[in-house]
Amino acid sequence: MANALAQHKPIDEALPWKTRMRFGRLLIYGPLCVMAALYLMPLWVMVVTSLKPLDEIYGGSFIGLPQTITLDAWRAAWSEACIGTECTGLKPYFANSLLMVIPAVVLSTGIGAINGYILTKWRFPGANLVFGLLLFGCFLPYQAILIPMARTLGLLGLAGSIPGLVFVHVAYGICFTTLFFRNFFVSLPDELTKAAMVDGAGFFRIFWSVILPTSIPIVVVSCIWQFTQIWNDFLFGVSFTSGGNSPMTVALNNIVNVTTGRKQYNVDMAAAMIAAIPTLLVYIVAGRYFVRGLTAGAVKG
Amino acid sequence: MNAAKSFSSRLAGWLPRIVVAPSLLVVIVTVYLFILWTGVISFTSSKFVPVYDFVGLEQFVRLWATPRWHTAVANLFIFSALFLFLSTGIGLLMAILLDQNIRAEGFLRAVYLYPMALSFIVTGTAWKWIMNPGLGIQKVVNELGWTGFTFDWITDPNMAIYTVVIAGVWQSSGFAMAIFLAGLRGIDNSVIKAAQIEGAGLPLIYRQIIIPMLRPAMLSVIVLLSYIAIKSFDLVLALTNAGPGSATELPSTFMFSATFRRNQMGVGAASAVMMLMTVAAIIVPYLYSELRERNNG
Repeated sequence: MANALAQHKPIDEALPWKTRMRFGRLLIYGPLCVMAALYLMPLWVMVVTSLKPLDEIYGGSFIGLPQTITLDAWRAAWSEACIGTECTGLKPYFANSLLMVIPAVVLSTGIGAINGYILTKWRFPGANLVFGLLLFGCFLPYQAILIPMARTLGLLGLAGSIPGLVFVHVAYGICFTTLFFRNFFVSLPDELTKAAMVDGAGFFRIFWSVILPTSIPIVVVSCIWQFTQIWNDFLFGVSFTSGGNSPMTVALNNIVNVTTGRKQYNVDMAAAMIAAIPTLLVYIVAGRYFVRGLTAGAVKG
Repeated sequence: MNAAKSFSSRLAGWLPRIVVAPSLLVVIVTVYLFILWTGVISFTSSKFVPVYDFVGLEQFVRLWATPRWHTAVANLFIFSALFLFLSTGIGLLMAILLDQNIRAEGFLRAVYLYPMALSFIVTGTAWKWIMNPGLGIQKVVNELGWTGFTFDWITDPNMAIYTVVIAGVWQSSGFAMAIFLAGLRGIDNSVIKAAQIEGAGLPLIYRQIIIPMLRPAMLSVIVLLSYIAIKSFDLVLALTNAGPGSATELPSTFMFSATFRRNQMGVGAASAVMMLMTVAAIIVPYLYSELRERNNG
């Protein structure tokens, strides 16, 4: 403790106005800690509920620690719970979500990267208009395209299928990924591409060996953003798929909305945790990049 | 030889446009053409499948004569106003507190922001359980000794929309915090030092100098949260399933159930057009000003 204080001292001295004009540290830490507790509470409740046997849930408090810890609810949510009339658990739907999310993330990020490259390093007349058209796509309320998309997927023979969902997520994901890459590449000096051109490198060669190696951070931002959005999507999943082809979120909602029998809250919470774990893991491992994607639409690039 | 060379160099000149063309085509079709298509359907008598007869504004008239739609619009106003006010207020407060050179800032920031990584379906499921009157908060408080305490908003048609606000604010206020914090970090300290020398206290400095300087961040937060509020769909479905009755219906859930559950595709399309016009009225001026500033700057 003393050591820690000593380490902080020099920083403290160099600190600007903010620390020296303190209006009571308690007034700062108090609300921050209360808020942190409030934010963590639902996660805590989900975890402890998912670990309790059903009798304890109906008998005890929803927030207390479990007296007996059991993984039965997790097992049930994963492989036994009924979604509609099929009692398969979330397992096949988890697989559906993976089959949807991986191609959709790779395709939308790749296409966004090359679009951003063109819109910044190979500007052509009308490039700004193209960017503006794509940008509005980020803010499209998807209700405005649901009916035509459902018809189109039917015409293409993709209705109710996972490839159909991949197509939808790529089509609307391009808008976001192009924005990310365009704003990133705009700050790369043009000399980089010009020098490569003088050396005789062409369009694709410059992209592969000059631009892409510098853009790892934004590739990570784009992948994380797309992964989170597509994994968490519900509207497209519920509108364009049914039955066994549904993604995780739709299956979770079906489990939770079962109205027959004694409500199995522990299974609901375990199912919600299973749906949340992939994106939570990504957030924990790469939170910094997640925040960058989140604020990309707001803070000027 | 010469002609071949000029052809290949001309091709090279067109290459970027050729590569970007498929994306542009997809976006033009799936965004703009589809919007137009929805608009066309809203002028037809489509029910289960689209039919292309022209019935004028009939569906819009029918839409605005539907009590359920009135509930949805009223709820959107209540929900958006409270959601915006609370998320912005809490986000700003947390950002200011986090900006006081505190310890464990990274940890606290991560805690405030993790709900943004969750699906609204997960959030809705968790809060539905927490606010369950039989087993959730109400029961715990009752057992602590306050037996008269009731918290049954989720089953009360008059109060259910506020449960959507609670869950929405929990999910999105961290997002407002992140944008405000980025804005605070961008403020030049010398301005504040000068005010300090003049003898201004910290609350005054925040009120008179810092918060006004956060205007661009404030604009972004309000626009982006409005957009989240208007398209809120999964949260309502998971939390209240638009009920009890139709008490928490929003335009997004109305559009979905009219189109896919009640076979009123024309009405659904008309409601989608109304939603699109609302979003466009907020987003288009925002994008326009953002792009213009960027080009000037």
